[in-house]
Amino acid sequence: MSEVKKPVLEVKHLGITFGGLKAVDDFCLEIGESELVGLIGPNGAGKTTVFNLLTGVYQPTEGTYYLNGLKMNGKRTHQVVRSGIARTFQNIRLFKKMTVLENVIVAMNMHMSYSLFASVFRSKKFWREEAEIEKRARELLEIVHLEDKADYIAENLPYGQQRRLEIARALATGMKLLLLDEPAAGMNPTETAELLDIIHVIRKKFQISVLLIEHDMSLVMKVCERIQVIDYGITIAHGTAEEIANHPEVIRAYLGKEESEDLYADN
Amino acid sequence: MNPLNIKMPKEKKVSYVINIFGVLAIFLLLVLVFESNFLGGRTTYIKGICTTACYTIIMVASLNLLTGFMGEFSLGHAGFMSVGAYSSAIVTNALIGSGIPNFFLFLIALIIGGFAAALTGIAVGIPALRLRGDYLAIVTVAFAEIIRVAFCNFEVTGNGKTMSGIARLSNFYWVFWVMVVCVTIMYMFVRSRFGRTVKAIREDYIAAAASGINVTFYKVLTFTISAFFAGVGGAIYAHYMTAMIPTNFNFMYSAEFLTQVIIGGSGSLTGSIIGATFLSALPEAMRQFSQYRMLAYSIVLVLVMIFRPGGIFGTYEFSLTRILKKLLAKIKQHKSDDKEKHS
Repeated sequence: MSEVKKPVLEVKHLGITFGGLKAVDDFCLEIGESELVGLIGPNGAGKTTVFNLLTGVYQPTEGTYYLNGLKMNGKRTHQVVRSGIARTFQNIRLFKKMTVLENVIVAMNMHMSYSLFASVFRSKKFWREEAEIEKRARELLEIVHLEDKADYIAENLPYGQQRRLEIARALATGMKLLLLDEPAAGMNPTETAELLDIIHVIRKKFQISVLLIEHDMSLVMKVCERIQVIDYGITIAHGTAEEIANHPEVIRAYLGKEESEDLYADN
Repeated sequence: MNPLNIKMPKEKKVSYVINIFGVLAIFLLLVLVFESNFLGGRTTYIKGICTTACYTIIMVASLNLLTGFMGEFSLGHAGFMSVGAYSSAIVTNALIGSGIPNFFLFLIALIIGGFAAALTGIAVGIPALRLRGDYLAIVTVAFAEIIRVAFCNFEVTGNGKTMSGIARLSNFYWVFWVMVVCVTIMYMFVRSRFGRTVKAIREDYIAAAASGINVTFYKVLTFTISAFFAGVGGAIYAHYMTAMIPTNFNFMYSAEFLTQVIIGGSGSLTGSIIGATFLSALPEAMRQFSQYRMLAYSIVLVLVMIFRPGGIFGTYEFSLTRILKKLLAKIKQHKSDDKEKHS
């Protein structure tokens, strides 16, 4: 992977202040095409805040970020999604009372164009678009291995499948950059392995870039091409998995002392 | 060349035809009952209750779009109704005697009433829908009160006195079909990408925004559509009652609609139809209890809430097609069982 990739996401000195608290400060990041970057840090380091900044939930107080060279500051969440950044949530947020299939189709709403009148009169366009979207939604469900659960109510799915459904819903937006917020949290090793497969498949199939927040170090070390570590909103290290594992600052942030204890002993 | 170039799935077509026949059957039954003078002297009275039930259905179904599908409480639905009622009455008062046939005049009244209420809906919705839950409910109450007080003081709306002499343009048969059209449009709205989006916003508006949905837009759109149909309901009311006073559209009236939505099942349009019909007819059916009838009415409400906390229908939609299918399946099974017995 020596060739230089054109960055999909370019974050320049992004920062946000809540009152007197600098939640994220001088955050810089570049993600190339179909690259997988990990974002790690201790609890409360500001990882999810970075996600909220990148998806327009919060507006940054400093800095700018670009998606494919397009400035994204000031865009609202749904506009950011339309430009091509989709996310999943740390605590799963599905449309609980709707079916699995509907959950995916909702995220394709922006690719549908039939009007109110077309829906009232059930025009040809209505049926054509509905059929097309349903077919595409089923294809996406197949990728996350939920094709036989299409008519289940989302909240009745087991935890690991709900996580996968969230990924399918994010995929349905047709994004270029996927932000995954602790996708393996609460999963057992089998489910985690399955999740890794899915991430691998979607990167290959859709040529998308992924920014991953994860606490499961073995997962991060295994899949991420590059890792960025933040603590108290400040980037303390970035580099490959090996570089990060032996970085003194990282060890200090996680363990609070500079002794040569092995940080990843239990993994 | 494209296998997806489907016009309309066949089973949908069948289902639409079945439903059209179902509605026709109900209509013909009612016509038969009223025209055969089967009820004798009570015909006009019963017809009146049916007309009331029809515009109440429109009101309740449109409120259900907000409460059941969007998940936001509105306690000011009577406010939109009065906007529709007064605006349409003013227009028809001006147009009457200009030679327009009654039927078209009635249509004009409905459209004017609907659009006036829809415009008010946009004006109220854009600022108010930034709020959620209890706060939005309070704003809608305030809106309905403002409308009521304003109409009590405008000269065109009768200066707070009864506005009477509105042309009686509606009769039960027309109102029935207006109701059918309105409910059909709402049903089509709910079962389209728009309805799906609105339900997603109800479930989780943060996730909806993260799925590329412009939450504010769809909320205002639904609010406007709901207000439009409330205005249509108001226009029917005005041209059926022929006289009205702004205090008719008070908080209690709004609360009554909300009760009917909840009793019928919030999130079910067929539930709204049943709820509205049931609760419009109930006080009338209990006339024999004279002064105790409101007590009996309350007891019925309490009983429904105890035994069906989600409303009579919950979020379930009654489907004629599904029932027919089940019946057919049963008959088929019966036949095959018989064959097995014989063999």
